Amino acid sequence: MATLSEPLVAEEQAVHESPGARAWRRLVKRKSAVLGLVVIVLLVLVAVLAPLIAPFDPAQQGWTSIRKPPSLQHWFGTDESGRDLFSRVIYGARASLMAGVVSVSIALGLGVPIGLLAGYGGRWVDALIGRITDAMLACPFLILAIALAAFLGPSLQNAMIAIGLTTTPIFVRLTRGQVMAVKVEDYVEAARAVGNPPVRIAVRHILPNILPALIVQATISIATAIIAEASLSFLGLGQQPPAPSWGSMLNTAQRFLSNAVWMAIFPGVAIFLAVLSFNLLGDGLRDALDPKER
Amino acid sequence: MLRFLGKRLLQLIPTLFFVSVIIFGLQQLLPGDPALAMAGEERDPVVLEQIRRQYRLDQPFYVQYLYWVGGVLTGNLGESMRLKEPVLTLVGQKLPVTLQLALMAIVFSLVIGVTAGVISAVKRGTALDYGVNLVALWGISTPNFWLGIMLILLFAVHLGWLPASGYVSLLEDPWLSLQTTILPAFVLGNSFAAVLMRHTRSAMLQAMTSDYVRTARAKGLAERRVVMKHALRNALTPVVTLGALELGTLLSGAVLTEQVFSIPGFGKLIVDSVFNRDYAVVQGVTLITATTYILLNLLADVAYVLINPRLRS
Repeated sequence: MATLSEPLVAEEQAVHESPGARAWRRLVKRKSAVLGLVVIVLLVLVAVLAPLIAPFDPAQQGWTSIRKPPSLQHWFGTDESGRDLFSRVIYGARASLMAGVVSVSIALGLGVPIGLLAGYGGRWVDALIGRITDAMLACPFLILAIALAAFLGPSLQNAMIAIGLTTTPIFVRLTRGQVMAVKVEDYVEAARAVGNPPVRIAVRHILPNILPALIVQATISIATAIIAEASLSFLGLGQQPPAPSWGSMLNTAQRFLSNAVWMAIFPGVAIFLAVLSFNLLGDGLRDALDPKER
Repeated sequence: MLRFLGKRLLQLIPTLFFVSVIIFGLQQLLPGDPALAMAGEERDPVVLEQIRRQYRLDQPFYVQYLYWVGGVLTGNLGESMRLKEPVLTLVGQKLPVTLQLALMAIVFSLVIGVTAGVISAVKRGTALDYGVNLVALWGISTPNFWLGIMLILLFAVHLGWLPASGYVSLLEDPWLSLQTTILPAFVLGNSFAAVLMRHTRSAMLQAMTSDYVRTARAKGLAERRVVMKHALRNALTPVVTLGALELGTLLSGAVLTEQVFSIPGFGKLIVDSVFNRDYAVVQGVTLITATTYILLNLLADVAYVLINPRLRS
């Protein structure tokens, strides 16, 4: 009897669990997504606890320890000014993660309301927003980000604004598409029939239903934003020295490739790990939140 | 078909209009007086006044925009303040270099991406499939400028097989040109190969379960023929259009690759212009890249309709 009733209990639990709990249950089944999530949590901890973890001040120069290879004292070696690379990689996580989260928040904050307006605001509003979005998407992402960062002036803050603005059309288009699909559903029609104003329908009825797609895109966009920040910093348009950033560390490392290879390896591995983990989580979330799998 | 083309061409007009507004609007983001930024170290009021008059900075925004668009439409994208040459001439000099890189990158990514995608789909669920997927994930997650640095380290510094940087034109010395561009082209095509692999795999998986593949198998055709002639031919349609679209993205990726390998192309031109505050070049290059992207988008749409007989009617 027990073997017969167990699947029934599980099925009943599945019916009663919240969408969030269901998505979580599916997500933790995917080993690669869990691995991505664990690495992200570790990176966040490293960034937050940087002053406690880093053995040295990341800006502290040491003229007697210039370009020293990895050792017990300096795990990742030292750079051209004798600064401890391990400490700089740890502090660099702050710039990269902040750039990822802040720029995607800017893109979400602008893109979602504009996308809702396009999808729900009528033909002309939709056409106008659609053409502007097309125009922004036509400008290659990095070139537009470089141009924006250049006109705003080189700094981490401006790099985040530039990446956020160039990522915005992706969220406008996604939100608009999702709204178009959802707004003909019965529950939206019902909400309209009982006299709810359009803003309330958009925020209370449509937004919660398009949230899964937005979460997946946001996760993948964080990975793209981390690469974009590293790229801008590599070009000298992001985090300014002496503040540590993985991208600018790679820029410096290029000049010492033949005699200090460690300067190029560790910041690159850090970018790769951060981007890979967000991509793994994004892929896992896409599967876990896919309504077709319910 | 003509009606479809006409409709798509009409849609281009508002998109190109907004592209021009966005790119021209970038100049308005300059903090403070743009004339001061353009003058650089020069603070002479007479010079500043001359710059304001020359670039019509003393006129309202829309007047400045109309003059700029008027110039663009007649082939005048302005003049580089640094190099004292028309922007169009500079673009004409640098674009062939980047196009060579981009085309080589596309060949790389098509060969690697499509082959890996087909193998992965045919060997679905095997260790080979997982391996190919892991490599694709690696390709998507690796910043191309870091990959470039690592490859320079291996092939130029340690093995000494290839030059670390520089560029030789294909017309000047084809062999040396190939040597100077092979690494940057691989770096540029790396992430695109990964994207192509994922698209090919998913299109192939869909094609392999279709009726026409089942029929081909039922006819007793060899599996290789079923895969190559029936499944791949149909699966390649979306992959081809994606390839056309990616050329625009490759132009963007070329910015970093050219910087790492010191290649004097389109990407290096924009970075050098940014650091020298050569705004006319930044605007011109961005406009040309965006227009190229839009036209490629149109070509991809037309190609898609031409390839797919169901859409032609």
